[in-house]
Amino acid sequence: MKQLLRFFLKRSTWSIPYAIFLVGFVVLPLILIFLYAFQDAEGNFTLANFSKFISSPEAANTFVYSIGIAIVTTVLCILLGYPAAYILSNSELCRSKVMVVLFILPMWINILVRTLATVALFDFLRLPLGEGALIFGMVYNFLPFMIYPIYNVMQKMDHSYIEAAQDLGANPMTVFRKVVVPLSMPGVMSGVMMVFMPTISTFAISELLTMNNIKLFGTTIQENINNGMWNYGAALSLIMLVIIFATELFSDGDGDRASNEGGII
Amino acid sequence: MKDSNFIIELSHISKSFGDKQVLDDVSLFVKKGEFVTILGPSGCGKTTLLRILAGFGTADEGEIRIDGKDITSVPPHERPVNTVFQRYALFPHLNVYDNIAFGLKLKKVKDDEIELRVRKALKMVGMTDYEWRDVNSLSGGQQQRVAIARAIVNRPQVLLLDEPLAALDLKMRKDMQMELKDMHKTLGITFVYVTHDQEEALTLSDTIVVMSEGKVQQIGTPTDIYNEPANSFVADFIGESNILNGTMVEDRVVSFMGREWECVDEGFGENAPVDVVIRPEDIYIMAKTDSGMLEGTVQSCIFKGVHYEMTVTTPDGYEIMIQDYNAFEVGQQVSMIIKPSDIHVMHKERTCNTFEATMIDSTHVEFLSTQFVCNEQAGITGGEKVEVEVNFDRIELMDNKEDGMLVGDVRFILYKGDHYHLTVRTFDGDNIYVDTHDVWDDRDIVGVKIMPDDIRIKRV
Repeated sequence: MKQLLRFFLKRSTWSIPYAIFLVGFVVLPLILIFLYAFQDAEGNFTLANFSKFISSPEAANTFVYSIGIAIVTTVLCILLGYPAAYILSNSELCRSKVMVVLFILPMWINILVRTLATVALFDFLRLPLGEGALIFGMVYNFLPFMIYPIYNVMQKMDHSYIEAAQDLGANPMTVFRKVVVPLSMPGVMSGVMMVFMPTISTFAISELLTMNNIKLFGTTIQENINNGMWNYGAALSLIMLVIIFATELFSDGDGDRASNEGGII
Repeated sequence: MKDSNFIIELSHISKSFGDKQVLDDVSLFVKKGEFVTILGPSGCGKTTLLRILAGFGTADEGEIRIDGKDITSVPPHERPVNTVFQRYALFPHLNVYDNIAFGLKLKKVKDDEIELRVRKALKMVGMTDYEWRDVNSLSGGQQQRVAIARAIVNRPQVLLLDEPLAALDLKMRKDMQMELKDMHKTLGITFVYVTHDQEEALTLSDTIVVMSEGKVQQIGTPTDIYNEPANSFVADFIGESNILNGTMVEDRVVSFMGREWECVDEGFGENAPVDVVIRPEDIYIMAKTDSGMLEGTVQSCIFKGVHYEMTVTTPDGYEIMIQDYNAFEVGQQVSMIIKPSDIHVMHKERTCNTFEATMIDSTHVEFLSTQFVCNEQAGITGGEKVEVEVNFDRIELMDNKEDGMLVGDVRFILYKGDHYHLTVRTFDGDNIYVDTHDVWDDRDIVGVKIMPDDIRIKRV
């Protein structure tokens, strides 16, 4: 009885449910994706799924196109989000927290609802759905994920760095270029990860905002799996995972700082 | 004042943050090549003054000139000064070399000259071979050295230092003090140094500016400030001291601790109330003899490394602090001698509290935004402006602030041998001066009570 009690009071005991959950819903599926990707429908080892991807122009094109859309979205998010974060974090320009909340507010609403509303808005304004609408929708949906980490880093930035730069002879423009921008890079890296990765794999937004005319990589995976092509779908997922993992490694140079100071992740 | 040899001229600088006045008509003139220290307790406005000099804050009133040029409204990046910040403020995204070269690169100095000057600056602060180190990997002392190098490499006319050694440990601080002094000699540029550490100020400076409550209390050489403090605040803040109430009987004769003493001060007038300051190391203590000037009993004796610090009580109940190389046992009867030149006499800033007041009716008077009952005043009508005087020792302080007529907090405590002299600040920012035998702590919130008999009303 006493031993049982001690078992339940140990802190490590409390982690068991989480461990079970993680194994069941994260590790196991990943292993399954990996196994399925290297098997044919009968369960024999094969590399056919990958050669199919490389040889079929359609899937490869979708893949390249998706990455292109993700890059465009991310760049637009930086261009729009960086000034916004700068203004929000500057107490002289923005005195109340209301602005911050207003920027973050869209995140409280379900992404599908927001996207459906965007479709309705485009219909109402008689704007065509398609590539433009897709990028608009993506930027609209992911912009808060770019603003928030940058805002966080900028807000915590020690004001004495700015004063030190002024003191050494930097005018306001130079202070921004040589101190504020480099010091806020960890926030930008966090923002890039939070925008770039989900935009590669998104499919609901593209389906709704292009009337299913433009296929993104996420859509391709979803279609294959829906049509019972489990092995091919798994291979495509694996390729996408590798790409995402690579971006993470690529940004790891600043990644140490990004994870320390970068706000929400 | 074009032909003056002052490099910095601060005239009548005032600054308020909201209701709080941080600088009150501060004027300061600094000679070229001088090492000036602005010394004061935290919150005295010294950092604000330095920031105004650097350009990070603007003065509400007053004028700043550097080298004869009016720079009152010149932005910080165009001022011929450089600052060493309290917490270094080294750019974390740049290495040591790029931190130091930052200012030179902005001035478009040629690359090979930058390299030469950076190396020279690094050598000066004893950090040769650290060029390519990440600043985050340096210790506090090393970061401070880089911060100093980053400032001096620009060859400013004036170097501002904002408590640069405050974050270092004692040993390191002592070493850096010496190095700063050497650096000042070698570079020949003007240093303006801000600190709350009086010992540091005495060690480093050519001139010390003592500040309190936004006002300059005294400007002088370290010796002057130490030996001839201008008022009881300076005497208390710089070094240890015994501060006592006294009366200047006539020129060269002052009376305190129940007897008359020969001194060297003149010109106070006859029977003028004064503050007397005696440094603890200036009192000669010996076993009881007939030739002593004062007798007493040792109350405590603490070894302080170089000397012993003793408290001695006199038969009249005064408690004085004495530092001597010889120890005397607790309870021992001792005699003391004080040389005339070691008795420092200062004007009293005030001998009682004076408030501007308004009569409400013949038995009520309003001052300090509070209504007080007073004795019946014949012939004074309601609404008339009057002056109220209250003696220091007639003001009662209460633990429980509800018991008082108004509330304030204790700001400055001065031990005067047999009682404490407190400054109590009301929430409206007025000062009430109180003599008390009770022990209060700094920032204690107290209730203040004044009885009708103790309120003296004077027509203006």
